[in-house]
Amino acid sequence: MSTAESAIDIAAAIRAGGRSAVEVTEAHLARITEHEPTIHAFNEVTAESALAAAAEIDRAIAAGEPVGPLAGVPIAVKDNLCTKGIATTCSSKMLEGWIPPYDATVVQRLAAAGAITVGKTNLDEFAMGSSTETSAFGVTRNPVDHTRVPGGSSGGSAAAVAAQFAPLALGTDTGGSIRQPAAFCGVVGVKPTYGLVSRYGLIAYASSLDQVGPLANTVADAALLLEAIAGHDAADATSIPQEAPRLVEHLDDGVAGLRVGIITELMGDGIDPDIIAQVRAAAEALAAAGATVEEVSVPAVSHGLSAYYLIGPAEASSNLARFDGVRFGLRVDAPTTNEMMVATRTAGFGDEVKRRIMLGTYALSAGYYDAFYGKAQKVRTLICRDFATAYERFDVLLSPTTPTTAFEIGSIADPLTMYLNDTCTTATNMAGDCAISVPFGTDAAGLPIGVQVLAPALGEATMFRAAVALEAAAPALAQGEPDHR
Amino acid sequence: MTTATDSPRVPTDSLGNPITVPDSDDILVVEASDGSRWELVCGLEVHAELATVTKMFSGAPNNFGDDPNTNVDPVTLGLPGTLPVVNQRAVELAIRFGCAVGAEVRRSVFSRKNYFYPDMPKNFQISQFDLPIVVAGELELPDGHVVGIERAHLEEDTGKSTHVGGAGRITGAVHSLVDHNRAGVPLLEIVSRPHVRSAEQARQYVAELRAILVACGISDGKMEEGSMRVDANISVRPEGSDDLNSRCEIKNVNSLRSLGRAIEYEAKRQADLHATGGKVVQETRHWDETDGRTHTMRSKEDADDYRYFPEPDLVPVDPDPAWVAEIAASLPMLPAARRARLADLTGEPGTAEAVVAIVDRGQDDQAVGAIQAGAEPRRVLVHIAQNLAGEGGAELPADRLAELVAMEVSGDLTATQAKQVLAELVADPSLTAAAVAKAKGFEAMDTGALEVAIDEIIAANPTEWEQFRTGDPKVRGKLTGFFVGKVMKATKGQADGKAATALLNQKATA
Repeated sequence: MSTAESAIDIAAAIRAGGRSAVEVTEAHLARITEHEPTIHAFNEVTAESALAAAAEIDRAIAAGEPVGPLAGVPIAVKDNLCTKGIATTCSSKMLEGWIPPYDATVVQRLAAAGAITVGKTNLDEFAMGSSTETSAFGVTRNPVDHTRVPGGSSGGSAAAVAAQFAPLALGTDTGGSIRQPAAFCGVVGVKPTYGLVSRYGLIAYASSLDQVGPLANTVADAALLLEAIAGHDAADATSIPQEAPRLVEHLDDGVAGLRVGIITELMGDGIDPDIIAQVRAAAEALAAAGATVEEVSVPAVSHGLSAYYLIGPAEASSNLARFDGVRFGLRVDAPTTNEMMVATRTAGFGDEVKRRIMLGTYALSAGYYDAFYGKAQKVRTLICRDFATAYERFDVLLSPTTPTTAFEIGSIADPLTMYLNDTCTTATNMAGDCAISVPFGTDAAGLPIGVQVLAPALGEATMFRAAVALEAAAPALAQGEPDHR
Repeated sequence: MTTATDSPRVPTDSLGNPITVPDSDDILVVEASDGSRWELVCGLEVHAELATVTKMFSGAPNNFGDDPNTNVDPVTLGLPGTLPVVNQRAVELAIRFGCAVGAEVRRSVFSRKNYFYPDMPKNFQISQFDLPIVVAGELELPDGHVVGIERAHLEEDTGKSTHVGGAGRITGAVHSLVDHNRAGVPLLEIVSRPHVRSAEQARQYVAELRAILVACGISDGKMEEGSMRVDANISVRPEGSDDLNSRCEIKNVNSLRSLGRAIEYEAKRQADLHATGGKVVQETRHWDETDGRTHTMRSKEDADDYRYFPEPDLVPVDPDPAWVAEIAASLPMLPAARRARLADLTGEPGTAEAVVAIVDRGQDDQAVGAIQAGAEPRRVLVHIAQNLAGEGGAELPADRLAELVAMEVSGDLTATQAKQVLAELVADPSLTAAAVAKAKGFEAMDTGALEVAIDEIIAANPTEWEQFRTGDPKVRGKLTGFFVGKVMKATKGQADGKAATALLNQKATA
């Protein structure tokens, strides 16, 4: 079989009995065996448990038992989501070999839906980065161009989907960590509304911003996956108390009359002109399909990045305090308990993690709280307000996903320059809204460009409709195996 | 949020309210080494473990005394990826407390208090900081003094460390053991205003607080198990002044007795320091029970910067006013009202030892029932306070107790016999006092039989009788015991001591 098939088609074929889950899993594992040494999308490939789960699906279908909507569909899971009995490392030496005694809620829901987890994907250490280069276990290569980064922090998940290791992947998005790698790798990536998907079992970077979401080759597959993982979870107090939205059945409702606003602040300085051109082309495509398109100013978006780099690290400095060598993970022995903790954290965390812990600790310190964390929270309020104002006039907003296309591995050494990758994405996390990145054309070098559709909280159904329209209108990519470029 | 640049002109509390110190009839004044006189200003912080089934933020059991590290789950251990969920019962108990002390129950926000310590699994404690659930209550002590309650907030307890080697502290320990059973146990931290003016008031405050917590089912209040822990914020000022001087926080006060001792010691220490030109620095001090002193734990300069910020994993707790009203309406009668009720019925003051003890043990309903069934109130108090003082307070139906007291009043039973009958009735409440008395042979002696017995004793002890008959009241008093003892022995305890004494006196003066 071809590993290029969509999750929806695979699931349908397996349910209909036309194909076995084991056969599908074997095909994807074979593809992983062939290309993983080059791509390095995974921290661990879970071939054995995947085949066992697939066999169980086949048995259930043969016995006429009901199976879930993702029955037999391979999926790659970001390695900051806890998997019972399978190492969960956050790509950090701190958690190397740590085996959680419990499953994240989303992992439970995947299993209930019948999905087959084929492995745990690489990420920037503790999801802090935009290139997967801060992983303690080596960089992931962009399947489109092996000299380039896949983006981050969900770089392994985006690469796994782009390389057809699995039609679906779970990522996490704190400031763009699903959408940016999706854009870099030419796949679809969704940051759901805050609270739509449970965070229980997601190893936190920044609790008020983190959200689990899908990566897929098609918009419809992303919608299918989101339906399977969304919905209230009593184990997450920030989970929205309502059922998962119905997305797939509304995908083809069209965009006639949809009010689309292009965010002015994200269409100028610092954004690659090729990308701006594609966003405009995307807007025209939506207009051609019956939407109305205008430019709209969302002023506070310009401050999103600086506020994000205070709030995110502030929460991270506290969230990562538990990694002290006392109860789990790495321990570097030393004569006293305090020295042990210092030695463990010194050895266990990489530079970017340490940088953000220090930044966040400082931002929360007595005497600096008001000037940094407090002020960033005010900016956050302004961002929410400006988005709310824009959504009074528009159903969805449009912008680039990233300021540039995928850059070369090792080409960005300066952290601040790296942070600029998040220019177009952090505001959505700050507002708690949803956004999707859809592949739309390429730059002059042939690298994928992502167009971002933003929608208000719980506006996923509308957002997906616009995304499907974009997908339909997107310029055809050069055909051929993506990793054979 | 406070910052280093804050310098309020009027001293304010943690919620920005001006600090007031009330006058009192009972103010501890200590005399410093130079003879100057200093008065106490004291506020108390009480941590009460809440009587929930599970922990503050997880489903792990909240139970004291189990094997180490058995009441744990991934949340308790702070495992990566775990999230807290607020225990609704803990919120309800906090609201109960707020209602019991006439406080305002309001929208509250959990914050993170960040500091590293091996028995704190996440290396931050989830607590309420600037927006506590309960504010502005008050508690009236049995002596009538009113202590304001600034706030009460919910938080989670830490685990328990045992440091092996060194001085039993983490510094210098060879290794440390951590028991996480206590980690995550719900706590209500109750902060009084600096309205406590004497060691006795401090003891009364804690005792009264404990009585309320127990009566309302909020906490088991067991200080010996650490269910209730008290810290005292102490300062002194020249007698009669309105100053507010630097205070010290005294920790490790584990009983009412140590609380009084610690306050008296610390007040004297500070007074001497002020008097000799020294400076009291704001710091945390450790009460040492064995040497009866307080010792520096950490000064303000060394204190951690806790970097409080709102807990992003939780949403604000905003109790529905209807729910609060429902809880308020469901509160049981509080100890103060119960003492007043019993005092009214018995004519004793509300501060009487028997009244306080009976209410404290929760036996006042029984007392009220017996009195309402017609029993003589003071005898009821004596029986319950003294004869039913067993662990937890033995129970006896009101009509049984009333019947017993009636027999005693009528002279059918002596006090000694009544006590014995009472014990039988407690053991088997299906019996009646009359039946027990009969079974034990406690028939009341008629005067004739008593007289015969006394005459026999007089005849057998002529020397003592002569002394009794001719002696002054002092001698007669002494010998009354001798003769009544003989009467009791001869009648196998059936005689009424009072009746025997009366008869002896009658015969002596005849």
